[in-house]
This record gives sequence, C-alpha cells and structure tokens, in this order.
Amino acid sequence: MATTDEVKKLAMLARLTIEDAELEKFTSEFDAILAYVGQLEALDISREVAGEKPALRNVMRADSIPHASGSFTEALAAQFPAREGDALSVKQIITHE
Amino acid sequence: MSKRPNELTIEEAASLLRTRELTVRELWDACAAAAEARNPELNAYLEIFDADDSAIASAQERINAGDAPLLCGIPLAIKDNILIEGHIASAASKMLENYRATYDATVIRKLKEAGALFVGRTNMDEFAMGSSTEHSAYGPTRNPYDTARVPGGSSGGSAAAVAAHLCIAALGTDTGGSIRQPAALTGLVGLKPTYGAVSRSGAIAMGSSLDQIGPLAKTTDDARILYDAIRGIDPLDSTTIPDDLYPVRVATEKLAIGVPRHLLETGVDADVRAAFDATLAELESAGHALVDIELPTSLHALAAYYVLMPAEVSANLARLDGIRYGHAARGKTLLDDYLLSRTEGFGEETRRRILLGTFVLSSGYIDAYYRKADAARGVLRREYEEAFESCDVVAFPTTTSPAFLFGEKSDPISMYLEDIFTVTANLTGMPAVSVPMDTVEREGKILPVGIHFTAPHQAEQSLFVVASAVEKAR
Repeated sequence: MATTDEVKKLAMLARLTIEDAELEKFTSEFDAILAYVGQLEALDISREVAGEKPALRNVMRADSIPHASGSFTEALAAQFPAREGDALSVKQIITHE
Repeated sequence: MSKRPNELTIEEAASLLRTRELTVRELWDACAAAAEARNPELNAYLEIFDADDSAIASAQERINAGDAPLLCGIPLAIKDNILIEGHIASAASKMLENYRATYDATVIRKLKEAGALFVGRTNMDEFAMGSSTEHSAYGPTRNPYDTARVPGGSSGGSAAAVAAHLCIAALGTDTGGSIRQPAALTGLVGLKPTYGAVSRSGAIAMGSSLDQIGPLAKTTDDARILYDAIRGIDPLDSTTIPDDLYPVRVATEKLAIGVPRHLLETGVDADVRAAFDATLAELESAGHALVDIELPTSLHALAAYYVLMPAEVSANLARLDGIRYGHAARGKTLLDDYLLSRTEGFGEETRRRILLGTFVLSSGYIDAYYRKADAARGVLRREYEEAFESCDVVAFPTTTSPAFLFGEKSDPISMYLEDIFTVTANLTGMPAVSVPMDTVEREGKILPVGIHFTAPHQAEQSLFVVASAVEKAR
C-alpha cells in the first residue's frame, strides 16, 4: 500500500507538485497499478534467462567536425525562455553574500 | 474518376498523377479542403499547414519529368511528436506548446526528399501516453465511424485523419500499440516496424527501448510504400540496425500462422472473437496453415510493460525542466522553477507515469519491479523466438473490442488493458501489423475491428504477405 506521504516524496524526487486535492486519487490509482504489476512477483524466471545480456555493440562516428560552428546557434537560442545575446539566462544559484 | 482525390490510396493517386488525370495541386487542395471542413468536428489535426507552393510545384515537375518516387506529391499527416523544421512539435502537451522544431526528423527528411507534402500535425495522447487521445492537452480526437467514440491512441489524430480522408496516409509512433490499436479502431493498416528499422532521430522520446515510427495507411501496399521510404540505418540514431542484423527469413506466399488460443479464451468480445476465427478460417482455405502455439509469459507482458515503460518515461521526460525550451514558469528559487514548469506543463496521465517510473526505479524497489520486468521481457522474447520455429507469424485480434465511448475507460488500469495484445511486439522488438478484418455493431453504429500479426525481427515482408491475404479474403 502506497501512502500519501510516499507519493508526495516521489513527486518531489520527480520535480512535480501534487495538489492535496489530487493526492488521494493519485495514491489510490497508484495502489491499483502496483497491485496489477505485482503479478510479476509470482513469475518464475530461471536464472539462465534472467542473467542473459542483450548483444551490445558500439556505434562510432569519425572524429571530425560534424557542422560549422554556430550554424544552429540562433535556431536553438530562439527557443530559450530568456536570453542575453547567444547565452541562456538562468537564476543565480550561488551568491557571495 | 469515382473517388474524390482525397479518398485515393497512395498507389491510386500516384497512378493518376502520372497519367495526368490529376495534378499535385488538385490532390493537395482536395486533402486540405477536406481537412479544413471536417477538422472542427474531428479534431484530428492540431494544426493544418499552409500550402507549400514551391514543394507542390517541384513535386509536379518531378512527376512530369517521369522519374519521381511513388510518394512524390502525396499529402501526408504527421503525428505531433515528429519534428518538422520550422513547425511547432508539441507532443500534444502544454509543456511544448511553444516548441518550434529546429531540424527535420530523419523520417521527415526522407519524405521531403521523396517529394511528399505535409497537410498538418496530428493530435495524440500527451507524449504518446494513452489509448484514446483523451489525454491530449488540446481535447480528444473523434472517431470518424462514430463521433461519440474514441479513435484509439496514442496516434488517434493520424488514424482519424487517414480514415476520414483528410490526407492520403500518415505517420504515427508506437510504444505499446499506439499505431496498431488506432489503426484497428478506424479501419486502417498500421505497422510497427522492427525495433531499429526506422530512425527515431527527431521523434520526441517516450520509452526509448520500445518506441518506433511507422505508417498508418488505407491499404497494406500503401503501408509498405511508406515503410520503404522511411526505413534504413541512420548515423543520427545509433539504435538503427543494418538490413542483415537478424537471420534472413524468406517470406513464402503460403505462411504458417501461429495462434495462441490459450490467450483468447476470456476477455475478447464474442463478435470480435467470431470475426477473428472467421478470418483465420479464410486464410486457411486460401492455403495458409494454422498452427497452435503457446506463449505463457504473454499473460504477464502488460504488467512488465507498465513497469519498463514508465521507468523510461520518467527518465526521458526529466529533460523537460523549463530551463532551455518549452513551458517555463518562474518562481522564487531554481527548485520552484522546475516544480512549477513541470507541474503546469504536464497533464495528469504524464505525471502519473513519471511518478510510477520514479517509484519502480527507486532503490528499495528496483529489484522487485524493474529488474523482474526486464527479466520477464527476456523470457517473453525467447518464447516468441521458439514459437517462430514452427510458424512465420503469430495472430491475435488487435483489440478485445471495437472503439469505446469517451469516458468509458476512466480508471487507468482499464485504459492500460487496451494494449494487452499489442505490447508484446514492443517488448520483444519484433515487427507487427494490424489490418482490418471485419466490422461489428455497437448501438446501431458499424465499427471496424482489426487482426494483428507479429513476425520475427526484420521479417516485415511476412507481415505484408499475410496482411494482403486478409485484404483479399474480405
């Protein structure tokens, strides 16, 4: 059983706010979903398969310059919520006070 | 010409364009006019684009010159989570309401090179999470067969746009059934290609080990034309695969069709089950063989999916923090900026899945949920590989019932169960198709239902053979 405190904590970890009015609903739905996916616990999985790793392969590209410097700067900077020139404006997070 | 231009298939339109019975402009105008006329009712498009006069003119020139690809001059609809440079790509979320794509997705670049045209961007469940489009931040799409019902999802806008002839064909994305389930509920052919067959560069990620881009089309041949145009290895997506990664299986004209009858005993509507059995009987009388197979772990596939998918969602959507692009709310502190931007930007279902993903990945639970689900995925894949030793394709009904009413599946679990037959193909990475098999009646409305086939990795050709056989049998 999930508690409303647990859901609140998860929300903070995920950088979300759950309003108190929604909290009960989220928590009970959460329980229903966990009960459903909990059927996996009963599943017997042999060690042989569980330990199997997918075939990994490295994907490399040539160590070269993929595009001219600055060719995407304006298009990307145009998406910034706030900018100074080509720089993204953010809140100051360290002060010297 | 008996059909109006917007009602044509890709093949029919391409043929009429080449015999000069139709111009690219006439075809565009017919699709754009139909889209403008019916979209207020259906909400299939979030945005209908202005005519691109130079693209239309150059498509006509290429056709006149006689060496144009089949897709040249064909108006297509594109799901709102696939980037088209210069256009908004919002994934039907408030979070990306103002996000304008800075580059073309690889599939879009390929379609542009083929001369295809884009009618608009289509509605969907927010970030592709849902089976009805009811989770769109911009209102649901309505099913053209009965506007009181959902078109399926998450690619419901693309499905409704094709089914209502507001374009010739469309692209969707499929993470757990988001192409195949709406195709089934709107009478279309929908293909989820092999994992890695189609580049996802420029597709807004949901579950990165599951997502694929694929076609929604009026016929199997059209689905194949679109698939051939978008597939192939791409340096911009390192998960794309070479043509010969998996052992080649030669698609014969007569197939062995595996049927896991033990999974169909309960939960499927009687008339959907009857249509499924009748379709299999017709395939058998057309010379295909039916083989009984068992896929016991399939019973747990949906549970595994609803652990793995939210885990990947929570990781993928962590990048949307209100700092660099997208919805950017500002509070007193940096933490407030994150909390406000994400809470205002994401809808309810998206927040639910982020929380679920955060939970299954948290240190106390990762073994019980995530690792267990990942192991179940391995078992499932092996079961399918074993089943394919005795058959070429595996058959299911695509859904347990036809299109449902708005609001009918208001609790999350009942909505999640819509994916019960489709998620396995995403978990195993195998290609799968839904093709219309029949219609059933609900409250006086005639509604389409689909049959679903899964094939081994890179055996899309077997899917096209069996889907064409179903079309011929109808």
